[in-house]
Amino acid sequence: MTRRTRAVVLGVVVLIVAFIAGLLVGPVPIAPADALGWLFPFGERPPGLSEQQATILTDLRLPRVIVAGLVGAALSASGAGYQAVFRNPLADPYLLGAAAGAGLGATLAVVFGPSSAFAFAVPLAAFVGALAGVGLAYGLGRSGLGGRSTTSLILGGVAVASFLTAIQTLIQQQRSDTLRQVYSWILGRLGTTGWDDARIALPSVVIAVTILWLVRRLLDVIEVGELEAESLGLHVGRLRIVVVVAASLATAAAVSVAGLIAFVGIIVPHTVRLLAGSSYRQVLPLSVLFGASFLILVDLVARTAMAPAEIPIGVLTAFLGAPFFVFALRRSGGRAA
Amino acid sequence: MSAPLEAPTSAATARHLGVRLAGRSIVRDVTLDMPQGAWVCIVGPNGAGKTTLLHAIAGLIPFEGEVELRGRPLRSYGRRERARNVALVPQQPVMPDGITVGEYVRLGRTPHLGVLGAELREDVLAVEAEIGRMDLRSAVDRRLDSLSGGEFQRVVIARALVQEAPLLLLDEPTTGLDLGHQVGMLELVEELRRTKGITVLSTMHDLTLAGRFADRFVLLSQGRVVSAGPRSDVLDAAVIAEHFGASVRVLGDGEVGWAVVPVSGGEA
Repeated sequence: MTRRTRAVVLGVVVLIVAFIAGLLVGPVPIAPADALGWLFPFGERPPGLSEQQATILTDLRLPRVIVAGLVGAALSASGAGYQAVFRNPLADPYLLGAAAGAGLGATLAVVFGPSSAFAFAVPLAAFVGALAGVGLAYGLGRSGLGGRSTTSLILGGVAVASFLTAIQTLIQQQRSDTLRQVYSWILGRLGTTGWDDARIALPSVVIAVTILWLVRRLLDVIEVGELEAESLGLHVGRLRIVVVVAASLATAAAVSVAGLIAFVGIIVPHTVRLLAGSSYRQVLPLSVLFGASFLILVDLVARTAMAPAEIPIGVLTAFLGAPFFVFALRRSGGRAA
Repeated sequence: MSAPLEAPTSAATARHLGVRLAGRSIVRDVTLDMPQGAWVCIVGPNGAGKTTLLHAIAGLIPFEGEVELRGRPLRSYGRRERARNVALVPQQPVMPDGITVGEYVRLGRTPHLGVLGAELREDVLAVEAEIGRMDLRSAVDRRLDSLSGGEFQRVVIARALVQEAPLLLLDEPTTGLDLGHQVGMLELVEELRRTKGITVLSTMHDLTLAGRFADRFVLLSQGRVVSAGPRSDVLDAAVIAEHFGASVRVLGDGEVGWAVVPVSGGEA
């Protein structure tokens, strides 16, 4: 087996383990044999499984694990995509302002949108907001802050994120009638996740991740820089747009159902690079697999570590991510991208 | 130089080529001919516009005038088609982080692949063949950042060769190499030109090495061609003194071989 095949096999095994652990572990214990007998194939309820346990399994834990996996895959794949097209190891949906843009877009939809179209309008507004956030950060990092180095793009993203978050806070304050609704959504949680969230996230995440997966080989070409990539016949501008749109779609879907969960887009792709090398042929599919497992497991910790209380999952990823960010920054050596 | 009776076909020509970058005129009214199989060398002082001229001929920056590749205007080529016909080895190639030699060389096949970059068997074979010919087989799984400057330069050339372009542009191919590797690099290019029949257009600072390897010369100064032709016309002590501001003597094919050597105190 090549190193790449081994990594993919490992990724699949870890995902299966994380998925099963996510179903079995919780305040209400469920025996593995019962749970698996009930879900695969979805037939007669085994005698050892009470009706309450069955409901917990199908209506609470199963959608929650699926959404956690989708959000983790989406954030990791979009982080890898942004890192490739901006040639910037620190690019991430959060540091680029994409998530803040999605947050503002979703808030606007919640506050001003018709309540009947809520389920549809929020992800759409989040998508438009995410694109606007990245566009602003890129424009600012490129023109306003002198050069397109690693730091100027990230500084642009941080400035955009702060600005958009400020607008969002202002809107929340002005419209206190919807404050609760917006606030519970922003906190970044999977605690209230149900099948509706899975239905909202699934199509966008599948489409976006498929697009990113399809262009994975071209992402390696961009790594030699714009001039050389063009000399190899690559339309860099077009590829950048395709990837930014797909990554922003994935980010928007993740933010729509899970609120703000930072740093996943940095932690997972960088870990994968250490494991299997930097070619996006490996980084992209492995980020999807490990990203899904990572968030399922982090969510598992978030809901069990201080049970019955839940730690907001965004808090946990930040605990892990902030030190990791410093590691990634040191590893990149402040290299001008 | 007198025109040969049967004019050789041109691999590429530039006519009245001009480039403006940020409102400044960098290359002006350059006309040059690259006959099939020739090694044309662009020399000139720093800032003369050599690199910009190469980038224009590679179709990477907008230009005025006309460039023709195999008798067809460069502008009529699609991106990928263009990349199958011109390969560029930049002066300081970007070295991507954490990529292996094999993965890097494979990037040269990009213009031959489908839109999503999926390889066919012939692409894999082309990459393997070039890696073998360039003596890189044992280094295939090494990371680029573990290579020496000379090794990396060979890997970049290998990437350009798998493009299978008939015109190879080399921007200062000997930069950063020690003397042995400089000569080795140029001998390699010479061999490729002989065995593959590719046409080479290079820029070079070392006039002695340039004079020993290339067969046509273009002296660029402030964006204009000030002299063009064989070695004896362009690499002349008086011409060099005027445009490089350096006093030199040009030694003939005597004991040490042809060479341009600096002399002190303007006794040239």
